[in-house]
Amino acid sequence: MSKPEFVYTTYIETSAEKLWHALTDGDFTERYWFGHRVASDWKVGSPYRFTHPERPSPKGKVLISDPPRKLAYTWEACSDELKHERISRVTFDLEPRGNIVKLTVRHDNLDEGGKTFLGISEGWPMVLASLKSILETGRPLPSDLKSSSQKEETHA
Amino acid sequence: MDEVFKALADASRRSLLDRLHAKNGQTLNELCDGLAMTRQAVTKHLAILEAANLVTTFRHGREKLHYLNPVPIHQIGERWIKKFERGKLTALSELKKQLEKRDE
Repeated sequence: MSKPEFVYTTYIETSAEKLWHALTDGDFTERYWFGHRVASDWKVGSPYRFTHPERPSPKGKVLISDPPRKLAYTWEACSDELKHERISRVTFDLEPRGNIVKLTVRHDNLDEGGKTFLGISEGWPMVLASLKSILETGRPLPSDLKSSSQKEETHA
Repeated sequence: MDEVFKALADASRRSLLDRLHAKNGQTLNELCDGLAMTRQAVTKHLAILEAANLVTTFRHGREKLHYLNPVPIHQIGERWIKKFERGKLTALSELKKQLEKRDE
């Protein structure tokens, strides 16, 4: 195994089951993943796919599915211009600690300095901050990507 | 959030984050290399950064690798930056970068 290019951690006040649901349910991801819906039966070897009405979304294959502790999938090019880049891999580890779950996200097998690499270094912190916010407060983080008709929320 | 601000309120710790930003996933030895800090001091600073969740570690074989974890910084940013401001801020920081580059 090559060393991961990115490792992100966030501590979320929730249960491992709720967090698993948040990572694997399309209705839920749409709310915090800035409009991207995910769909899969989450069996090892099955395909999964994110969809968004206007933006390219990643897709791939489920590598590990051990609810509610560990999920891994391949991460394939979001758009045609990224087609030549390597298929990378994302691993989620969920470790419950009392009323908190430590979520670690690893992204490896990336082309260093590639477009996916650069996109991811901005994308994951945003998605994880939004995921933490929605699970703890019921509200995702506001985003430029959301439609402007949506009401702006204040964050205490 | 207090922990994050305390961790960031130290130039040595910020320079460690800069090093991880330049190259993610370093061992303690790599991080100490070329720094005017004792190994003990680096270890202490890393522990503070880890406690604030600004650095996350990952065991890869026999090595313990350190990664920059910008998730808490992102949360701080989102707290005070309204969604309509972000475009303008990006433009301003880009402008600042371009102008300062010219002075070099």
